[in-house]
Amino acid sequence: MKVVVGFMPLLDCASLVVAAELGFAATEGLDLNLVRETSWANIRDRVITGHFDAAHMLAPMTVASTLGIGHIRTPLIAPISLGLGGNAITVSLPLWQQMAEQGAVAGDFSLAPAEALKRVVVARERAHLEPLTLGMVYPFSCHNYELRYWLAGAGIDPDRDVRLAVIPPPFLADALRAGQIDGFCVGEPWSSVAVDAGVGAIVTPTTALWPLSPEKVLGCRAEWAERHPDRLAQLLRALYRAGTWIERRENHAEVARLLAQPNYVGTSEGLLHQALAGRLSLQPGMKPILVSDFYVPSRHAATFPWVSHALWFYAQMVRWRQVEFSAEHIRAVRSTYRPDLYRAALRDVGAELPETDLKTERFLDGRGFDPEKLHEVRAPMPLNAP
Amino acid sequence: MSDASLRILLIDQNVTRASILEEGLREAGYTMVTVLRDTENLLRRIVDADPDVICIDLEDPNRDVLEQMFQVSRVVRRPVAMFVDRSDADMIKAAVESGVGAYVVDGLKKERVRSVVDMAVSRFKAFNDLRDELDRAKQALGERKLIERAKGILMKQHGLSEDEAYALLRKAAMSDNKRLVDIAQAVITAAGPGFSLDGSRR
Repeated sequence: MKVVVGFMPLLDCASLVVAAELGFAATEGLDLNLVRETSWANIRDRVITGHFDAAHMLAPMTVASTLGIGHIRTPLIAPISLGLGGNAITVSLPLWQQMAEQGAVAGDFSLAPAEALKRVVVARERAHLEPLTLGMVYPFSCHNYELRYWLAGAGIDPDRDVRLAVIPPPFLADALRAGQIDGFCVGEPWSSVAVDAGVGAIVTPTTALWPLSPEKVLGCRAEWAERHPDRLAQLLRALYRAGTWIERRENHAEVARLLAQPNYVGTSEGLLHQALAGRLSLQPGMKPILVSDFYVPSRHAATFPWVSHALWFYAQMVRWRQVEFSAEHIRAVRSTYRPDLYRAALRDVGAELPETDLKTERFLDGRGFDPEKLHEVRAPMPLNAP
Repeated sequence: MSDASLRILLIDQNVTRASILEEGLREAGYTMVTVLRDTENLLRRIVDADPDVICIDLEDPNRDVLEQMFQVSRVVRRPVAMFVDRSDADMIKAAVESGVGAYVVDGLKKERVRSVVDMAVSRFKAFNDLRDELDRAKQALGERKLIERAKGILMKQHGLSEDEAYALLRKAAMSDNKRLVDIAQAVITAAGPGFSLDGSRR
């Protein structure tokens, strides 16, 4: 059975690549055709128009499309997560220098560096300098929401005190070098690429803000899933097994070798290997440090599609005024994530199957996001809200 | 009937394709057409052009940059969106298939932009079909060269005539159920790097 799946060149397309290249898809009787894309908008449009059966997708994109925010309304579903974490917030070396003068310390993953950034922002405003520009990859992305959460946590208004701009990941290091942007939030290997190029300093992995935070999912049309339940279940099993294979340390070298090929991610094998192992070199010339649970392809039920993730995305969309809160949206948001399909497909493969669909998400500042209290989410919210 | 008051912005790094579309639009009576052949300072230039319709090559990664600009209404004076009406699904499908992304200012009547989008779709499609055909022709030429080279090797190695060498390649292809060019490639690989283009030993 042929299945066409689109992907973007990022570390977390790994389970798709491994499923296609190392026989996990074939074992399920699937002929998995991967198509590399150049933009998230293309990924969305090609899924919606049926060019792709499914795709490596920014998790919030499935929610945005289901609600019809910013584009034609097409119900999409997320029946499996493609792993957790893998993102980092990186700034230019000149900005890092200014933050360090305000007390930021390399390797401090608390909110203190963001607070140092706040002092830089205030000083710039006083000096009538242009606001800083920070890059991210798409309006409906975890990167956007994580960056906003981090900024807001230190009292920086992401819509007023700084400028947020979308820059495609492969261009980020160059944009940083050229001074076009002052920092960014992106998935690996693109932060490491900027450090390796000698132009960036990683301030924090976003998993420090939100441990076991969601990132990409496999997204497909709800209608496609209904028409091809068997094919979808086969794909879920192949991806789950690929994820557990990727996680094993002894396989990291092989995964990095595959991803480094130009038709996949096409960046340095060494940097990819490092990211798989959860090692980040924070600044040029600095020895890599181990960040536990940085990129989690499988353990901690990493592939389970938690409905609470979808609800958090919706809360961010409301908070940052991408959409007006409506109680009617909630049902649609919940229906986007499909733990039922996940459980049905993976019942017999020994996967960890959480019994509930929701969990309280815990953040760095000790606060939690309680999905049952979503009705309290309104824009505007205090900047330091969870 | 065209609407000369529409401002149209094309973002396409392929100079030929952009010219073809621009020319088509001008012939159709659209006089306010701006073409961006690179995406440097994209935001500033979009604000300056203040377009009603934007067409962008789908191979351009900067498409995501556009999508965000349209999200932030305070950046562009008038919000722009890809068609958001359910009835636009066919238009989106046609656009995506032809390789062009089309964005239209919110609130603009669909009839006013339909012919612009239709033209973008048909010109992109024609251009991309032509390019694919050219790619296929180039590939076929490359394959011919490989077969010629394999023939030369076989003639040299086994003292065969050209026809006999070709017959041998064909036979191997048929019995292995492979393409002729794959067999030719295998012959060349097996012969090692010592053979030059015409099959003679260096």
